[in-house]
Formats: sequence, C-alpha cells, structure tokens
Amino acid sequence: MTRGDPTRRRKKMPTVSMTVNGKSVSSEVEPRTLLVQYLRENLGLTGTHVGCDTSQCGACVVHVNGESAKSCTMLAMQAEGSDVSTIEGLAEGDTLHPMQEAFRDNHGLQCGFCTPGMVMSAIDLVRTNNNPSEQEVREWLEGNLCRCTGYHNIVKSILAGAKAMQG
Amino acid sequence: MSETGIGVPVKRVEDRRFLTGRGNYTDDINQPGQLYAWILRSPHAHARIKSVDIKKAKEAPGVIAIFTGADMASDEVGSIPCGWQIHNKDGSPMNEPAHPPMAFEKVRHVGDQVAIVIAETKAQARDGSELISVDYEVLKASIMMNDSLSKDALPVHDDVPSNICFDWELGDKESTDAAFEEADHIVSIEVVNNRLIPNAMEPRAAVAEYNSATGKYTLNTTTQNPHVIRLLMGAFVLQIPEHKLRIISHDVGGGFGSKIFHYAEEAILTWASAKVSQPIKWTAERSEAFITDAHGRDHETSADLALDKSGRFLGLRVSTNANIGAYLSTFGSSVPTYLYATLMAGVYTTPNIYCEVKTVFTNTVPVDAYRGAGRPECTYLLERLVNKAANETGIDPVEIRKKNMIQSDQFPYQTPVALQYDVGDYPASFNTALKSADYEGFADRKSDSESRGKCRGIGISTYIEACGIAPSAVAGALGARAGLYESAQVRVHPTGSVTVYTGTHNHGQGHETTFAQLVAESFGIEVDQVEISHGDTGEVQFGMGTYGSRSMAVGGPAILNACNKIIEKAKKIAAHILEASESDVEFKDGVFQISGTDRELSFAEVSLAAYVPHNYPIEEIEPGLDENAFYDPLNFSFPAGCHICEVEVDPETGEIEINNFTAVDDVGRVINPMIVEGQVQGGLAQGIGQALLEGCVYDESGQLLTGSYMDYTMPRADNMPNFNVSTQSVLGASNPLEVKGVGEVGAIGSPPAVINAILDALNPLGVSDISMPASPLKVWQAIQKAQ
Repeated sequence: MTRGDPTRRRKKMPTVSMTVNGKSVSSEVEPRTLLVQYLRENLGLTGTHVGCDTSQCGACVVHVNGESAKSCTMLAMQAEGSDVSTIEGLAEGDTLHPMQEAFRDNHGLQCGFCTPGMVMSAIDLVRTNNNPSEQEVREWLEGNLCRCTGYHNIVKSILAGAKAMQG
Repeated sequence: MSETGIGVPVKRVEDRRFLTGRGNYTDDINQPGQLYAWILRSPHAHARIKSVDIKKAKEAPGVIAIFTGADMASDEVGSIPCGWQIHNKDGSPMNEPAHPPMAFEKVRHVGDQVAIVIAETKAQARDGSELISVDYEVLKASIMMNDSLSKDALPVHDDVPSNICFDWELGDKESTDAAFEEADHIVSIEVVNNRLIPNAMEPRAAVAEYNSATGKYTLNTTTQNPHVIRLLMGAFVLQIPEHKLRIISHDVGGGFGSKIFHYAEEAILTWASAKVSQPIKWTAERSEAFITDAHGRDHETSADLALDKSGRFLGLRVSTNANIGAYLSTFGSSVPTYLYATLMAGVYTTPNIYCEVKTVFTNTVPVDAYRGAGRPECTYLLERLVNKAANETGIDPVEIRKKNMIQSDQFPYQTPVALQYDVGDYPASFNTALKSADYEGFADRKSDSESRGKCRGIGISTYIEACGIAPSAVAGALGARAGLYESAQVRVHPTGSVTVYTGTHNHGQGHETTFAQLVAESFGIEVDQVEISHGDTGEVQFGMGTYGSRSMAVGGPAILNACNKIIEKAKKIAAHILEASESDVEFKDGVFQISGTDRELSFAEVSLAAYVPHNYPIEEIEPGLDENAFYDPLNFSFPAGCHICEVEVDPETGEIEINNFTAVDDVGRVINPMIVEGQVQGGLAQGIGQALLEGCVYDESGQLLTGSYMDYTMPRADNMPNFNVSTQSVLGASNPLEVKGVGEVGAIGSPPAVINAILDALNPLGVSDISMPASPLKVWQAIQKAQ
C-alpha cells in the first residue's frame, strides 16, 4: 500500500447508486462529492469538464433523468437512483448522435473543452423546443460559455442539429 | 491528386475525440499513487511574511507534506526567468527582480503562492491548507500604475525603488518633433486599453512525477509550448537537464496566450514530486485562475498626430505606461515594446513616428501576452486617433484612411518603426469591407433607426500585425533570449502512412487537420493517412510552441521542407527500382513516374522499399524514410485588413446592439477556409468582448473585484452577433507556404471598430469619448454628461 492509497484511513462512507449511460453503478462516496467529481474521478468519465466554480460555464452539463443539469452544482448523492447520461453515452458505436455530427459539420468546436456541455445542453433544448429560432438558441446558451468560437458556429451547429434530430 | 489538400474545407480530424468526451486534457490524467496539491495563496496584495506555521496542518487527515517558499529557497531553487530583455533609453538593461516560484519573505499580489499542501485527496489538501497560519505584516499596495509611480509608493520589489521595469523608446524623436513643427493640425488623444483576463475555458492544471529509479521527471501541464517550459524550468529554475525532464501537454482547452508562460505551479509541483517521491496533481479552480493566470493589455497612452492641410499624416508621437504586474512574466517585457510600438505605422504612410513606453510594477497579477499581444493595443490607439483626426479636420473617416494608406506598389515598405512590410494590398481589403458592410447604405439605415428613437453609428478600423514570430536573428537583436524557428520531423512508415512531429502546439487551432492537409498535398495522399503529433518533449525533437500566429507561418514551412527532403530521397529510391536516372523521375499526385513513360511506383511502394531495402541504392543512401527540418523565417508575416462595425444605441438606456460586424482579412494563403473563418470569429468575440463587456477591476487594496464569472463579463451567445467574415488575400512573401497567420486578427481589428461605431452613433448627442468596456451604464452616463 502506498501512502497515497485512497482507501487508507477512510471512515465508512455512504453508498450512492445510479444508472450512468445505461449501466448501473454503485460506489461509496464522501457525502460532499459533487456529481461531476463522481463521474470524472470515480467512474473515469472525463468527458464532462469543470470550467468554473460558480455554476456559470456549463462545461459540466449532463442529463439527469433526461433533463440537462450542471453536474458541478449537484451532489452525487442527489442523483441517487437517477438515470444519468454523459457525452460518452451519446454516440452509438461509431455513429455520432446527430447533434455531435452537426457540431463537426459546422465547425462548432475548437479547443473542445466546452463542447461536451454545449452538446448536452443543445440536445435538451431540442427536447423542449424542436424547432428553435437563432435567437432562442442564443438565449438558451446563456448558461454555457465558449471562449474559442464566438458562438457563431455553435449556433449554426445547434440549428442544424435540431433539424437533423427531427429527420 | 489529394482531395484533402491545401484550400479544402476538410472537417477537423480532432473533432471526434472531443465530441465523444475522449479528449485527453491534463486534469483527465491520473497516475498510480497520485497525491493532490492545494496551493495556499496570499490574501494580501503586498505583505511581508513574518512566519508560516504549518504544525497543525501537517497533522490534518490525509496530509502528506507541506512546503513553503523558505523550503524552496533553502534548496536553492532558481528564479522564474523572463524571456526577453529590453533596454532603457540610456542603454542600460531593464530591472529584473527575482521571481521565486513560491513567495519568500514577501508576497506581491493577491494569489501569490505561499505554501503547497500535498494530501491523499484534493479536499484533504484544501482542508489542510486552512490550518496553516501565516503571520503577515501588511504593506501599502500599489494597484494602479499611478499608485506605483507616486512619491510615497512602496517598492513592489525592494531592489527596484522606482517601480519602473524599464523606460524604452523606438523611432526618431527629433524628426518626429520636427514634423509637428510643420503641422497644420495636431490631434491629441488619451486612451486606456482595459485590463483583461484571458479565461481559456480549461483552467490550468499539472501532474508531476519523479522516478527515483531513473532520475527522470515527467510533467503533464497545460502549456502552449512544452519545450519552452522544459528549457525555462529545467535550465533556470530547477536545474534539471533536458534528458531527465519530459513535458507533456496533450489536449489543452484554449490558451489565447495565457498558457505560453512558465508558471510557478509547474516548478513547485515538479520540485515537490521529488520530495514526496509520488506523483502530484494540481488543478486550478476558476477563482484561482482569475488571480494567477497572467492578465492582458492594461495600457494608458497619450498620443498626438500631426497632419498637413490636406489631411496627410506627418508624424505620430506616442507615450504609453504599461502595467507589468508584480513580476516579469515570460514575455511580459516584449508585449508593450516590440509587439506594440513596431506596428505604429499601421497601414499608413506616416513618415515620422516616435514611441516611448514605461513599464510599471504593481501589486497585481503579472501582465503578459493575451490574444494579439501589443498589436490590439496599438491598433486601438491608432484607429481611435485616426477617427478623431477625421472628426476634427472634417474629412470623412473613409477618405482620411484612403489618403494615407500604403499603396500596393510600395512594397516592400520600410516603416519608421523598424519593420519592413513584405507585401499587401490594403486599399483592396478596405474597399471590399466597405462594400460588404454596405457602407453606402448606412445613411438610410441611420434615418430608420432615428425614426425609432435610436442612435445608429458605423465604425471603421484597419489594422496590420506582424506575426509568424519570428526571424530568430531579428528577435535576438531586439532582446529575445531564444531562437524562434520551428522544427518538424516527417516520418513515413513502411506502408506509406505518415506521422509528423511538430514543435508547435494545437489547443483549438485545428493543426491536426491543417498540417495534415499540407502533408497530404505534398505527398498526394489523403489526410486520414497522416497523424500529427505535438505536445510531448519525449516525442518531438524541439519546438518553440504556438503563439503569435506562428504555427502555419513558421511550423508549416518546417513540415514542408521535411516533406521535400522525403520526396528527394524517395526519388532516388524510385529511380533505382525503375532503373532510370534520378533526373528522369517525376513525382506528381502521389506517383513516381519516369517522364514520358507508363513506368511508375506509388508513394506507398517506394515507402515500403525504403524499409525493405532488397532492391535499393544502399551505396548511395541509407534505408528508411524519416526526415527532419528546422525553419527560421527571413521576415515576419503581415496579415492586415479592415473591420467595420455598425451599432444601434438606445439613448434612454445606453444599451448597444451590434447590427452588423464585417471583417475582411488578408491572411495570405488559406489552407482550410472553414478553420480560418472559425479563427476570425473567435478573435472577433474576444475583441468585441474587450470593447463592450470585459474589464478587470481591482479595489484599492488589491482585491480582484472581477474574480469570477459572476463578476467578470464574458461574452455569451446572446450578446454576440453573427459575423460577416471573409478573406481577401495577397499571398504572403515571407515563407514558402505564402501564409500569413489568422489566430489574432479578429481580436486586433475589432475593438476600435466597435468604439468608433458607438462614438459615431453618439456624436449628435455631443459625446466624443468613451472608454472600454463601453457598458450600457457608461454609455448612458456619457450621454447624460453631454446633455
């Protein structure tokens, strides 16, 4: 056992169980563990990112029971029994989700860091509004920051993705 | 012929991994046995450290070790060096006070490193840090440059009592003063270039590991230039030789300059990893990023323009104070000097220019390059001044620019501020922009706005930038302490696929696609046959990294030259196999052919022969197909263009709406038009952000008031317009690819276009000046004041 072994000196911790990308998972977590930490550190799903500490940037958006949620703003234990999906669960094999494909087709990403949150958020927009206008897309993205694209191609991607999701 | 070669809008190779959550950013990396670090930071802008008591913290659950600045000092850890030496007007070198990675004896800005706490979990490290008791003697802080320069200011560094880092000049003062003697008009302006916080979406992070069995260090870090970090940290700070130090930066979530610099945390983590003999990970929180990532801009300038009766520019005099922050960051000294004053001619024929720059230490975060770095500051000054000259002389803003523009037959054009522009056609992009923005139809749109009680304005900005940084000899003569060439290794594998190792770094620019297009074009293959490797000093021989729009302009020709060496060697192999003379072998569209015959070999066949040399000119050449090249440009490249912004202002509320933003940019040869447009759009958002939204605010005591996304206004989707972006290029003349660079143009050209548009809109109300960011409150107040 190395000195860094995380199991050393641990008190008995509560267990959290949920479904993530269709798979049942269950782990002991410290009660203060955020959902995003649980996904990244316990499950190794590092596609969900942390870009801020004030719930502003949206890099951490996942779906909890089908709705978009900022996984930095909820505890893992609040997702007990929930159905969580992350960016890793969107594509089917090699086939990208239409929203992923639309981002690729329209150069809707550059450094890629905000992208998982953007895509997850965009899919939830289309769930609630299957034919959004450009203005509606821009307003919906209020909670997602991108520093690379100037949003021009993200908006274009989401409009195209919304269309493709209808097809 | 390659269908994915130069000029094709190829979809990005790197997208699939980012879109499926399989990027490999530094915080995604975990090592077996990894510990976590939390860095205790100064809550004060300026204080003496009287004592640091770590006793209680050391006993906290999970805490493994705690180190302070005193520990690093007793290990004789070196000072973080500055990469560019500037000289004062009198020829003496700039003041370079020590920059210890961890504060020792004194803290100099809120956020300065005081101690590192290493624990089994991040939470334990952070909890432990709260038990450290630091006894500070709080000192008076200097936050604004005027504070630092006042008589009763305390020195930020005890060995620099004046708080002046350097007092520098460029240009001919005498001839410029003489031009002002003869002037018919003199137009004066004072502008502030607002301090910005770069805010790449990925916070900085590092994972350091020391292997005591091999004596090797590995540092994964969020950097734009891993080899530069290896050189600076290895040779100057920690004294680790290159062969024992590997720096890796795979995927990096945006940089915009802020990830060029060698940061203290990199050295602290690397040093501490040997102390504890376990890997250590540190990831900045966003609040930490705000108070530790180098900031950008922060200039205060006064300038005068001398004109003759007809509106021709005779002379320009500029005096700038630039805030350099608490420490000299890696390129902090070059930004307000050689990246700033050398562009003061802009696209104009101004014959006499003199610029002086004083840089000032303050108790704030270090200031260094941020997208554009010096060139946005220059462009903002120049284009505000030209507009003011138009207003004061009554000459139309279009006409005054046309009258003074360098014409396409004047190249190469020697400016009075050191640079020689290689090639360009400024009137062409200017006229295209006017047309594309429907400048002529503006009057109708203005009356339409007025009929609805709104004020409408149109603002023009032209710009030029020197990029493709840089010719090493020139940079060296100006004070750079390193060469600025680029390297490439092109490795053709036995079956004809290719791996390219480049010393530049991809953190959103799409190099994995555009560099592959360049190779595809050279070899007549497709991009899916090419892999671009970057960001690992263990794989790439050497490189200077990515900044200053240099990757394609300097890194591209290195790749091209290596490809040409491959072709040269492959021709020899083909000639041998085809039993022909080498001079008869032609290489075209991926095929080696004997001229005028149907005897040919494919690229893959020759590749295989190079590695299975059964029938091979072994007496003449070695087996294998793997070539290196280093490329050092002869001159900078000079992208230029024209940006036009049209706004509608609501005089009742001060609210500003951008109705149209047109950018016509000359970026030289376009390798991938889709990526070029994306680069311009992103730059525009940062420039418009600077003009309308973003501004770093400290209070008097040095606390950062804009320290989170709740307080610092980042551009969001609903306050950005759609952009009308196009290119009008004259092929570059400084490199064999004829490219110029595109990463920074958007951020350089746009801020003055926005402000000129707002001032045009408010001109009828008597408003003649507004500072950035032009928030609705500021606009409303300016209107009220003018009434």
